[in-house]
Amino acid sequence: MRLIYEKSIKGRKGFKLPQPDIPGQDEIPVQYCRKCAANLPEVSELDVVRHFTSLSQMNFSVDSNFYPLGSCTMKYNPKFTEKIVNIEGFLELHPLVPQLLGGGRLAQGALEIIYNIEQLLCEITGMEAFTMQPLAGAHGELTGVMLIAAYHKNKGARRKHIIVPDSSHGTNPASAAIAGYDVILIKTGKDGCMDIKEFKQKLSEDTAAVMLTCPNTLGIFNTRIKEITDLAHSVGALVYYDGANLNAIMGKCRPGDIGFDIVHLNLHKTFATPHGGGGPGSGPVGVSKSVVEFLPVSRVMKRPGGAFYLNYNNKESIGYIAPFYGNFAVILKAYVYILVLGREGLIRVSEYAVLNANYILSRLKNYYEPAFSRRCMHECVFSAFAQVKKGVHALDIAKYLIDKGFHPPTIYFPLIVKEAMMIEPTETESKETIDGFIDVMIEAARLADADPDKLTTAPQTMPVKRLDETKAARDLNLRWKPV
Amino acid sequence: MTYIPHTKEETKEMLDAIGVASIEELFKDIDPGLRAKSFNIPKGQSESEVIRHMQELASKNATYLTNFIGAGFYDHYIPAAVDAIAGRSEFYTAYTPYQSESSQGWLQSIYEYQSAICELMQLDYANASLYDGGTALYEAAMMAIRVTGRNKIIMDSGVSLIYRTMLYTYTSNLNIEFVETPVVHGQSSREEIYKHLDEKTAAVIVQNPNFFGAIDDHSDVIKKAHSLGVLAIMSAYPLSLGLLKTPGEMDVDIATGEGQSLGIPLSFGGPYLGFMACKKDFIRKMPGRIVGATTDKDKKRGFVLTLQAREQHIRRERATSNICSNEALCALRASVYVSLLGKEGMVDVAKLNHRKSEFAKDILGRISGVEVKRSSPTFNEFTLVLNKNTDVVVQKMIDKGFAAGFPLGRFYKGMNHYLLVAVTEKRTKEEIEKFAETLEKVLCD
Repeated sequence: MRLIYEKSIKGRKGFKLPQPDIPGQDEIPVQYCRKCAANLPEVSELDVVRHFTSLSQMNFSVDSNFYPLGSCTMKYNPKFTEKIVNIEGFLELHPLVPQLLGGGRLAQGALEIIYNIEQLLCEITGMEAFTMQPLAGAHGELTGVMLIAAYHKNKGARRKHIIVPDSSHGTNPASAAIAGYDVILIKTGKDGCMDIKEFKQKLSEDTAAVMLTCPNTLGIFNTRIKEITDLAHSVGALVYYDGANLNAIMGKCRPGDIGFDIVHLNLHKTFATPHGGGGPGSGPVGVSKSVVEFLPVSRVMKRPGGAFYLNYNNKESIGYIAPFYGNFAVILKAYVYILVLGREGLIRVSEYAVLNANYILSRLKNYYEPAFSRRCMHECVFSAFAQVKKGVHALDIAKYLIDKGFHPPTIYFPLIVKEAMMIEPTETESKETIDGFIDVMIEAARLADADPDKLTTAPQTMPVKRLDETKAARDLNLRWKPV
Repeated sequence: MTYIPHTKEETKEMLDAIGVASIEELFKDIDPGLRAKSFNIPKGQSESEVIRHMQELASKNATYLTNFIGAGFYDHYIPAAVDAIAGRSEFYTAYTPYQSESSQGWLQSIYEYQSAICELMQLDYANASLYDGGTALYEAAMMAIRVTGRNKIIMDSGVSLIYRTMLYTYTSNLNIEFVETPVVHGQSSREEIYKHLDEKTAAVIVQNPNFFGAIDDHSDVIKKAHSLGVLAIMSAYPLSLGLLKTPGEMDVDIATGEGQSLGIPLSFGGPYLGFMACKKDFIRKMPGRIVGATTDKDKKRGFVLTLQAREQHIRRERATSNICSNEALCALRASVYVSLLGKEGMVDVAKLNHRKSEFAKDILGRISGVEVKRSSPTFNEFTLVLNKNTDVVVQKMIDKGFAAGFPLGRFYKGMNHYLLVAVTEKRTKEEIEKFAETLEKVLCD
């Protein structure tokens, strides 16, 4: 499709501004002004609406397709949450209002919501306190690692490294490194969990923390998790819970009870806020008692009389990590999702997420090699290694799924599984949708034997065929340029 | 069973296929000793009950005030078409476009957004967005450190205090030396910056217009910085660039900023939009997602995520940043906004902001007890010095229906009489006059 820039017609306008209702004023001196206007499109409102409507239709989305993208939790996003963020009292509230003298009274509703959701998340995870400020999961991780650093600094120690298993999300080692730590990688054992022997060897008084996802990215709940948190604590290290997969265990167990010290959640995963094509997310961080004093400022507190206020008086705090109080509109959606689901609803989320994933695992295990031969939690990982011998890769199966109207699973992650296909159906998908997906996966396995070209030339039904990624990285074309 | 479609029969069929008797059996890896000690969450409510509850909470927020607060976050008008497009669930229920063939709509939208940012900044390349203006500035500082291999940063105090504080938080465990240079007569102190510029310096960070609203032309500072191999980073206000000299024209190396002014609601602090653009030499050191154009085997143009070897999902602890997501939906809003306003509209809206703000300066300056700081030109925000404590004045103004501005004493010692006032295109002549009239009364009381 043509770019909006390529649809531009000189002199066409898309929006009417108010007429200036005041007399002319002094101009800005020319030395401070740009020489010529930015080359932005000149199009009508209908041009814009039609252009972006067409673009919207050139996407797979949860509302149009089954989207079992492992680790991303592409569940249904309830529609009423969109209505709530558009209430004027939320939409138009300036974030500096409560920072005015006496301004707290002007934002009581917003502060109450932040306070309430923090309490709810504490109960869901078993943590002592939460901050809603981190703007995405990886941002929560960075906040968590800074909390780890502050904790040890306060104890007078500068510990050197953070331990992560090799099955971890890439953000874990990246967050640890960016905050100034060395990263020690522990390999995954035959059971799909971090090799505990190697872990014990690497764990030392130089270990600042261990970062774990549980269930991990292979969809496996580590049965020795308590042993790991205890071992870490025995050398004074903290244990960090990457909450990307909290959606598997709600109401069943809580990271706080298991001994985790810091937790980040991804509201866009577990709590059904829309993924927005890659963001905005929201990555609140919960902490145990020993870490509370280091939380970022400000914190929302409640006075004995019931009024809410922002507290900045915390000398041990790591400081400001976000301009304000987090991605408030995202937080709103997660809050109302929790209110609608309630206790039983949240428990069922995890139960049915796990049921759906195990159903897929059971039905596909005779066609694709499961990464580990054991039950899974909310997602299952297969390897297309057997198919490679026939010249078919995980990528080809993914592209074939696209032709059949299914968003592919996550492929080539976790990195430790060759030709990985990581499938996360989520609880909101029905049996017949999942059966339809399974049928296509079985068909793909059959085609790998019988007619591999069907797979290696897919997709055929999309606006473009497979794109040349090497060319994209070599001959950089990252923007439109005026002719 | 909210949003869970399974009937009892289907659940039974699925359990049979798995070969277990109950769902609970699927959780047997969780040791009984590790089971949740408590899960005291209220019972679920209906959609209509929750909406009522939220309307009550929303009504406790004072959005009825006529807003003159800016400080980096502005009350601009958002055309309805922006909401209509961003409200399309084909956009908002998709995820990062990893599978390019089934995500061409999103990929093209991001490519167009990157183009718009490049055009506004007059720089070569832009990424697909970062979280907000503050984290974008932090990422730019880290990028400059990677590019130069140096570790000293000079930061002008005209950079938003919120962003400066964030930068200090993020780098507190790293070996980075920061020097803050003062603002003199509203603008960056050349003398102080030059004093600290040396061959150990990775970057000079400035903001334009600065936090106090003043416009500057940093070309001289940047020229001097470049002569010592120092990069220039500028935090910019994109809506002002319809009119103001661009980062590119000043030879800035990396421009970042808050994109909220481009069609994104205030929403009590987020989600917002961090943008980043740079000169082409630095693209491979840039953090975040980047979309590029390429072709398929029929030579048809298409778009993909590119230069992914910089990113955490490939490079892990050696990545340029830990960032995974971006603010795609906010970037889409920005792209639709600039497309609607278009080439001329972006100039006109900037002019309108400036004109209304000058009008406000003019009539506010006539009030006894008010001094307008005029040492530098301003865009749509300016500083007043009042003859009374601003905190108290602002509090009184609230009672009369005005969010009168941001009292600088909240952030800066010794500025208890300073008020930062923003006037956007949304403020009418009547509102501005009423504001002046009310302020006059409050100051006389």
